[in-house]
Amino acid sequence: MIRLDGVGQVFDGREGRVTALEEIDLHVRPNEFVTLIGRSGCGKSTLLRLIAGLLPPTSGTVTVAGDRVTGPRRDVSFMFQRPALLPWRSVLSNVMLPIEIDSGGTEQRQSRSRAAYRDRAHDLLDLVGLKGFERRLPHELSGGMQQRVSLCRSLIRDPQVMLMDEPFSALDALTRTELSEELQRIKMELATTIVFVTHSIEEAVVLADRVVVLTPRPGRLREIVDIDIPRPRSLGQNAHLTEVAQISGLLHGLLAEKSAADIRPVDEVRP
Amino acid sequence: MTKRSWLTTSPTAAVLLPILGLIGAIALWWLATIVFSIESYLLPTPGDVVRTLADQPAYLLRETGISFLETIEGFLLAIVIGVPIALLIVRSVILERLVYPLLLMVNAIPKIAVAPLLVVWMGFGQWPKVVMVLLMCFFPIVISTAQGMKSTPAELVELLRSLNASRTQEFFKLRLRYAMPQIFTGLKVAISLAVIGSVIAEFVGATQGLGYVIQQSGASADTALAFAAITLLSIMSIILFYGLVLLEHLFLPWAQETR
Repeated sequence: MIRLDGVGQVFDGREGRVTALEEIDLHVRPNEFVTLIGRSGCGKSTLLRLIAGLLPPTSGTVTVAGDRVTGPRRDVSFMFQRPALLPWRSVLSNVMLPIEIDSGGTEQRQSRSRAAYRDRAHDLLDLVGLKGFERRLPHELSGGMQQRVSLCRSLIRDPQVMLMDEPFSALDALTRTELSEELQRIKMELATTIVFVTHSIEEAVVLADRVVVLTPRPGRLREIVDIDIPRPRSLGQNAHLTEVAQISGLLHGLLAEKSAADIRPVDEVRP
Repeated sequence: MTKRSWLTTSPTAAVLLPILGLIGAIALWWLATIVFSIESYLLPTPGDVVRTLADQPAYLLRETGISFLETIEGFLLAIVIGVPIALLIVRSVILERLVYPLLLMVNAIPKIAVAPLLVVWMGFGQWPKVVMVLLMCFFPIVISTAQGMKSTPAELVELLRSLNASRTQEFFKLRLRYAMPQIFTGLKVAISLAVIGSVIAEFVGATQGLGYVIQQSGASADTALAFAAITLLSIMSIILFYGLVLLEHLFLPWAQETR
């Protein structure tokens, strides 16, 4: 579904050139849930923006569904760390924003009528437990509810690929657990490929089919870890605590190593 | 801390207190004219002012209407010219550097100094007054609009990019809407200046309007008439200001909570 070949990204910063990403090769299969973890500043978000077509890579190629990415695509949605809702629009009209932009632009004719999309928006809001809040303004909702609206908005176009940039990181622990359960449920109902950036190891493990670990500065692929825990997974009910803890421990080790070159093997240090 | 009293919490008190303040000020004024037995050509009593208003309501109302019209016309003209200029400034850094110091210079000129020039250029009709109002309003409208347009959060811009929105959509669906509360702040500053502008212009080379009434009353030492005209100007200014506040409440109900 998503293919990265030798992708690199260099930024010209104030203090010279900064290599954010280097030689990334990654293949995300259709309908797969991949989480990206790494220390802050390792280029996780940059990688997501490259896939979204918000940023052209300095080197290498990005393809989605077989086509080279040159700009944002209609079938790829992006969800941000903050809800990014337009404060003057009601919940429903925020969810409908992508559809409105399609009909205003030069895009080809829509596959569905506006009314059908409206019904779909109601269904999505129902799905995330926001039935009855359609006419509210964003500031009347809690942070968790706002991020649920944002989730509905990123689902309204029935995307083939969903890119999520630490979408739950600004929420409290309980809301976070709830939302990650909801996301898994939604993912099981809809066939979408998800790439999810997070800095929480446990979140990465609970959500993913595969966890991709990036090294910091420059961001390279450190390891890809398969997660074989049966779904639905939850931290809330302690259901898979041991499995999650095991893999989390492994990932923690991977992240804590600065880089292969910096660290001498332990037995070399011993006298 | 003591318990918060009825005076700070009740909505009725919120309306009554300003009225009480106004009545108190008028009472003090009246008292001063009596206690210090001030001549009425120096300081008329509130009663004198009310009598003047009641004596010639048609005349004063017509003059008020003239000043009101000039104010509104100049204000609207300032919006029509100021907002597009602000948009151009935001669009291009070159243009900003080119035009912005010039705007600052024009704003630094004491507007009253230009009033006689406007008469020379445009005669004694309505135009020099409208242009004076425009000059007064222009700057705060341009500045607040430009500030507002620049304040769009980066994440919302990125959201619209990710949805493949066109530049036009980005402008109308996001930037302009987001700037509205700040534009309104500028408009509220501008509307008070607009009233001042119309009065200044009517001081010079005018034959009608409240500014002209005030100037004439000075010449004939009819202080009560001057006070009546000033009262009408204040009422007009307050109505215009709260008109804008009302529009803001109607069209930007989201803005009070988010900012």
